Amino acid sequence: MGSVAAIATCAALHEPAGAQARAASPSAARAKDIEPRQVRLNVNGRPHDLSIEPRVTLLDALRDYLGMMGTKKGCDRGQCGACTVLVDGRRINACLTLAIMHEGAKIATVEGLAGDRDLSPLQAAFVERDAFQCGYCTPGQLCAATALVDELRAGEPSAVTDLRAATKPEVTDEEIRERMSGNLCRCGAYPNIVAAIRDVATSDLSKHRS
Amino acid sequence: MDAFSYVRPADVAEAVRAGGASDARYIGGGTNLLDLMKGNVERAGTLVDLTKLPLADVTPIDGGGVRIGALVRNSDLASHAEVRKRYPLLSAALLNGASQQLRNMATVGGNLMQRTRCHYFTDIGFAACNKRKPGSGCAAIGGFNRQHAILGASPSCIATNPSDMNVALAALEAVVRVQGPNGERRIAFEDFHRLPGDTPERDTNLAPGELITSIDLPANGFAAHWHYLKVRDRASFAFALVAVAAALDIDDAGTVRDARIALGGVAHKPWRARETEKQLIGKRLDADLLATAANAAVADAKPHRDNAFKMKLAPAAIVRATRIAGGLA
Repeated sequence: MGSVAAIATCAALHEPAGAQARAASPSAARAKDIEPRQVRLNVNGRPHDLSIEPRVTLLDALRDYLGMMGTKKGCDRGQCGACTVLVDGRRINACLTLAIMHEGAKIATVEGLAGDRDLSPLQAAFVERDAFQCGYCTPGQLCAATALVDELRAGEPSAVTDLRAATKPEVTDEEIRERMSGNLCRCGAYPNIVAAIRDVATSDLSKHRS
Repeated sequence: MDAFSYVRPADVAEAVRAGGASDARYIGGGTNLLDLMKGNVERAGTLVDLTKLPLADVTPIDGGGVRIGALVRNSDLASHAEVRKRYPLLSAALLNGASQQLRNMATVGGNLMQRTRCHYFTDIGFAACNKRKPGSGCAAIGGFNRQHAILGASPSCIATNPSDMNVALAALEAVVRVQGPNGERRIAFEDFHRLPGDTPERDTNLAPGELITSIDLPANGFAAHWHYLKVRDRASFAFALVAVAAALDIDDAGTVRDARIALGGVAHKPWRARETEKQLIGKRLDADLLATAANAAVADAKPHRDNAFKMKLAPAAIVRATRIAGGLA
């Protein structure tokens, strides 16, 4: 009972402010704009035409409109990293961006990481190192780690990189942990996640920096 | 989120026109705005998407400085070769903020515009927040206020500006270029953000509809003597309890010619420790001087129930950051 009453109170508190904001806006022209818009998203190499309102996040477009459930909705506020996807090769939180802002971009989700037959190197390393328990954070961890390997290869620094040194950052557990701090794992599989990423990043750098 | 309409202008003039509507809001990365809109803290009738504007370059400017377009992403700026070389303090501050995912989204203009905030502001379940609802009171004063301000606060608001980038830009004395309905103007960094006073609902001195086009850095990046120190409750991805951007210009004899000490996590805006700077300039750094000068930074500070530790933490952080910047540690 108590919690139901609390929810009702919150809704009542919120409603007048919302109504006020709506009343203050030039509504006639706007109502038309808020109609669903035609948006083409390129996901994992395939175009998808959607009819969505501007307020639909990239995360909700993937899950609710495209039925691609690999990308997970954790906090929905940019704190947990479960919704991490790659946009033009860069990792972002799909929950804090609008789908309509990504027309023309190349979006990659966990469903697009593997080849036709083989797992990606990171997916294989996660299996090999037992880098998950429940698996809920894993799609986000995999997308984040995929970008991490690219960032290290490009020599991009992190908060623990010595910026006074001219050298490129190395693959250390400290670097990996800092670079993965936007992805939470409630099962606490961090040691094995770090190990899996270390395997792939070490092998990748030895190939590209030799 | 409440519904809103969406426009994506192709040039600055069109953006400023669209942004002039009373219920319009600009969106860059959206990492703060959409988060607050989901919580019904912020609202917009129209979002004006700036991400297609041609403002995503880092270019040289007259006088030897660098112009950073407002749409440059935080991660790109941190990794930018020229910025790393000439303004490493700024790179370090950026890398200490948020997570890689958020830095990849967040723009530098948006970082400037992120709200000064606390948990009572972001949770509409608390009725009292002068910043969210002017005149409603402040739940943080007398509430849980570990994260809050000790400097420059007012009886109306004790929230802190959470940006790391801003602390470095305060030390570097950047200039913010903005375009508005009445043309262009330049705002010294010191004058960009506001102290709360009795209008905490205003975080900046931007006029309605004004759009940030660039952040201009002066030629001196203090690349020889700098340090960014962030103290927080966990090792990564947390706001600062106290942050220090220390930048020194030291001559061959070891005398401090110029000193910039800016603090984060202690005030409603990035806080210049002017008295500390004054005490360092013209002297050689040593432990006694540093301790005295650092303490001067909190001489006028007012702690609250849960943040009195900042009275010691802030000077200690200044000492450490300045020692490292000065090559003493």
